[in-house]
Amino acid sequence: MLKLENVNMSYGDIQVLWDVSFEVKEAEILVLVGANGAGKSSTLKTISGLQRVRSGKIIFNGEDITQLPAEEVITRGIVHVPEGRRLFNEMTVEENLVMGSLNGESKKLRSQTMEECYELFPRLLERRKQLAGTLSGGEQQMLAVARGLMAKPKLLMLDEPSLGLAPVLVQDIFDIVKSVNKQGITVLLVEQNVQSTLTFCDRAYVLENGKIGISGTGKELLNNEHVKTAYLGI
Amino acid sequence: MELFLQTLVNGTLIGGLYAIIGIGMTLIMGVMGIINLAHGQIMMIAMYITWVLWQFLGIDPLLSLFISIPLVYVLGDLMARYLLYPLMEKESILPENQVLMTVGIGMVLVELARTIFTSDYRSVQTSYSDIVWRLGHISLSVPVVIDFFIAIAFTGAMFWFLIKTDIGRSIRATAQDKEAAILMGVSAKKITILTFALGSSLTAAAGTLFLPIYYLYPDVGPIFTLKAFVITILGGLGSTVGAIAGGLVLGIAETFGATYISMGYRDAFGLIIFLLVLIFMPGGLKSLTKV
Repeated sequence: MLKLENVNMSYGDIQVLWDVSFEVKEAEILVLVGANGAGKSSTLKTISGLQRVRSGKIIFNGEDITQLPAEEVITRGIVHVPEGRRLFNEMTVEENLVMGSLNGESKKLRSQTMEECYELFPRLLERRKQLAGTLSGGEQQMLAVARGLMAKPKLLMLDEPSLGLAPVLVQDIFDIVKSVNKQGITVLLVEQNVQSTLTFCDRAYVLENGKIGISGTGKELLNNEHVKTAYLGI
Repeated sequence: MELFLQTLVNGTLIGGLYAIIGIGMTLIMGVMGIINLAHGQIMMIAMYITWVLWQFLGIDPLLSLFISIPLVYVLGDLMARYLLYPLMEKESILPENQVLMTVGIGMVLVELARTIFTSDYRSVQTSYSDIVWRLGHISLSVPVVIDFFIAIAFTGAMFWFLIKTDIGRSIRATAQDKEAAILMGVSAKKITILTFALGSSLTAAAGTLFLPIYYLYPDVGPIFTLKAFVITILGGLGSTVGAIAGGLVLGIAETFGATYISMGYRDAFGLIIFLLVLIFMPGGLKSLTKV
């Protein structure tokens, strides 16, 4: 579905992605794990067009989207829920959801999708007239995911959805990711929470210093010696 | 007491006009992150357009709103598209490059106006310029009252646009978090250009409405840029509601100063308030309400 071929990317003179190649397959949950500064977020930013590649190709459903402007990437069905939620804090919950559905098909289906989001996140329905900035951390993350879903994504890219959440809420968010995936939406998940993500994902890649290291199914990686010592602390 | 009420009313009426100048500046401030130091000069252009229409074609200033606003919209669009936006994409040592550009634009506009129209004072004398309504002991100048209500209508329309339409929401979203807005499919370029053009149109409306009340000469531009700046800071940078409050405060402060102290220092009172706000309430009126 999504294919990165030898992607190199740099911020000014500092190269952060080195020959990154991987593939996301239709309807799976793919996880990119790695330490701080490994280039996970940068990979997502490159896919969504916020950062330009220095060389390499990004192909989505057969179309080369390497040079596509960031605001058009979403129209192809790739939705990026950025790190740190990045809600519009001075807008209400409902307005944030509306902002998720600005283009094409998603705009026509707006009220219907919104109903679905409220079903998935009843808390957001209670708070729909409240400003996003006044929500709790967990609610904000739900809103960020819901705002992403409003765009009717084919591929949903989630950047550290568990960041700064209490362990109970982290499990909630991961349950949501699973249920979203069950609806047929492909998920590309970036996480530092290696242990729990590896248990429910289909496949995973380990990103180290901007390079793709080991890859395999979640189970394989959980049993991998290197992953155990470096990320699981066993 | 009568004098006090009269002053308050006059100040409020002028403040309504100041408010739409301030909202225009605030929108641009919010989305582009810059102070537009050509704001008053753009308003002056609208005033000259209105004056020419009245002088040579006999079109009433209220009717020329329909001409001056679209013309200035196009002017704003072109300035943002070809002069300001290209600077946003360039990495530079000075992040203030766009502000410097607006200073340049402002100078060019003033000198252009001076070349074409000379430095003479101009004004428009409409049939209703001198009519005054009396409410008890308070007198209301008809053109000022009309202008005030038109200004309110523009403010209302702007709020409706910002709150109820997708483009309006995109403008607010871009001001709050540009990168997140881009991820939602908002074109930062389109929104930036649109916002600058809209902000310019609002100040154009103010200019056209001001013409029957004010004298017009090329240097009126910088004075209003300063006023717009004061209003924006008073209201708290980037707050639309704050800009309305800031406009009213400035209008009332100036009028009271002019009435009770000295007419000659009218413009100075706004600046004194400005200094006080910067020292004692640097967040502007916005910091009082926390919105």
